[in-house]
Amino acid sequence: MQYLLMLYANENGWSELPQAEKSRWIAAYQAYTEALTSAGARVGSNRLSDSGTATTVRVADGKTQVLDGPYADSKEQLGGYYLIDVPDLDAAIAWAARCPAASHGTIEVRPVWTPQ
Amino acid sequence: MSDPDTIGQVRCAADAVARRSYGKLVAYLAVHTRDVSAAEDALSEAFAAALTGWPMQGIPANPEAWLLTVARRKAIDVARRRHSGDVANAQLQVLAEGTHAALTEDALPDHRLGLLFACAHPAIDAGIRAPLMLQAVLGLDAKRIASAFLLAPATMGKRLVRAKDKIREAGIPFRLPEREELPGRLEAVLDAIYVAFAEGWTDADGTDVARSDLTGEAIFLARLVAELLPHEAEALGLLALLLHAQARRNARRNAQGDYIPLAEQDSAQWDASMIDEAEALLLHASTLGSIGRFQLEAAVQSAHVHGCRAGHVDLAALVRLYDALILLTGSPVVAINRALAIAPLRGADAALEALPSPADDARLADYQPYWAARAELLARMGALVDASHAYELAIGLERDPAVRRFLQQRRLEMDG
Repeated sequence: MQYLLMLYANENGWSELPQAEKSRWIAAYQAYTEALTSAGARVGSNRLSDSGTATTVRVADGKTQVLDGPYADSKEQLGGYYLIDVPDLDAAIAWAARCPAASHGTIEVRPVWTPQ
Repeated sequence: MSDPDTIGQVRCAADAVARRSYGKLVAYLAVHTRDVSAAEDALSEAFAAALTGWPMQGIPANPEAWLLTVARRKAIDVARRRHSGDVANAQLQVLAEGTHAALTEDALPDHRLGLLFACAHPAIDAGIRAPLMLQAVLGLDAKRIASAFLLAPATMGKRLVRAKDKIREAGIPFRLPEREELPGRLEAVLDAIYVAFAEGWTDADGTDVARSDLTGEAIFLARLVAELLPHEAEALGLLALLLHAQARRNARRNAQGDYIPLAEQDSAQWDASMIDEAEALLLHASTLGSIGRFQLEAAVQSAHVHGCRAGHVDLAALVRLYDALILLTGSPVVAINRALAIAPLRGADAALEALPSPADDARLADYQPYWAARAELLARMGALVDASHAYELAIGLERDPAVRRFLQQRRLEMDG
């Protein structure tokens, strides 16, 4: 089954880190990506630009509304994702727990919808 | 009378009874009906009644008996509502007889051992045994157990319910197995307690309260079994093993929260009284004339403790212990530790040779300690590219940020 791991973390916390710390986290993400790939579980993954670059779009009453900023204005922002293919939810949780974001933020694990 | 102070006192008293008696009350209520869920429901209503009633009426002289009486009344109500005719009569008879016995005797008969054997019965899925024990004997909620076992709370809740249904419907008895069955069945109980401990152990920081607490709960269970079966060498061996591990818990982190491997730990930070208790248990177990996995693993811990205190570990003795353990368990985890112990004796090449491979056991492919051990050995041989790749996987597979940092540091030092 495919699961989307959505990585939420506080962006300000990141920008305040010293360069050496940043490098260490980046290396940890690289290692995690490599471990997922090596296990044959990684379908895709990306880091997103800061939530300040986000734009929200919706159409209401035939009028298109375009707003500046992310959809949800919360303390932690969506910063990236991993799309993984694993046998079940238990395996997806085990991978989420290994993701570096789990120790500096929160990971939401969602199964990809499949028609019944 | 229900001022905040009193409510606080009542809560403390109820918590104290819960810690001491929860499993005893569940086991006692369910020993004949085998209905663990009903016993838990009745008991949780009784605790709720205590929290509202005790601030007004005062804490009863025998809180355990009070809770039992109320829980039993709730259980009888439920049985009466749910069944009719003969089934209800039979159940009510059982429940009523129990009340009489409990209230006329000073101490409640302790059926917890029977409950533990039911939780680790061969008919119960091995993966749910430890969570089941933690819930039925210690009253931990599914949410807390789920975090420790890395499962979704809803999944854990469902699996626990299914296991309890199985106990009731399959008629799994709450009793000590017959003598000839005992060693195998006891092993299942001890395994489950060990799993509960190991799940708590992975939160080395102790930052996550729910996780770190489970080691204490597991030691409570191991102590319970060792006390109730004092002539079973493996029960003593398990308690010795857990105490040895727990004794060094705080020494695994320095003040900055960095991971400190065993060889570099400050032995002054170890809990000496826990180590002494573990050593005494192990010595006593060895007089009972039945060696087993947990005694051997405790002996490994003991060898490390003596080695670190004396300044050098007797590696040959350690390898012999690992050899015996591999014969008993065939565990690849033991084989990894054995390979690391071989390295200083016979060289990194021989150690790498002795390391198990994911080709033989697919679980090793995403087992962090395997890749860390492999990286370590390859680095010592000077195979830096392969070592770096193995470190990469070990880092990527690690959950604990402190251990992740430690592995990253090791790789940096290697690249030097």
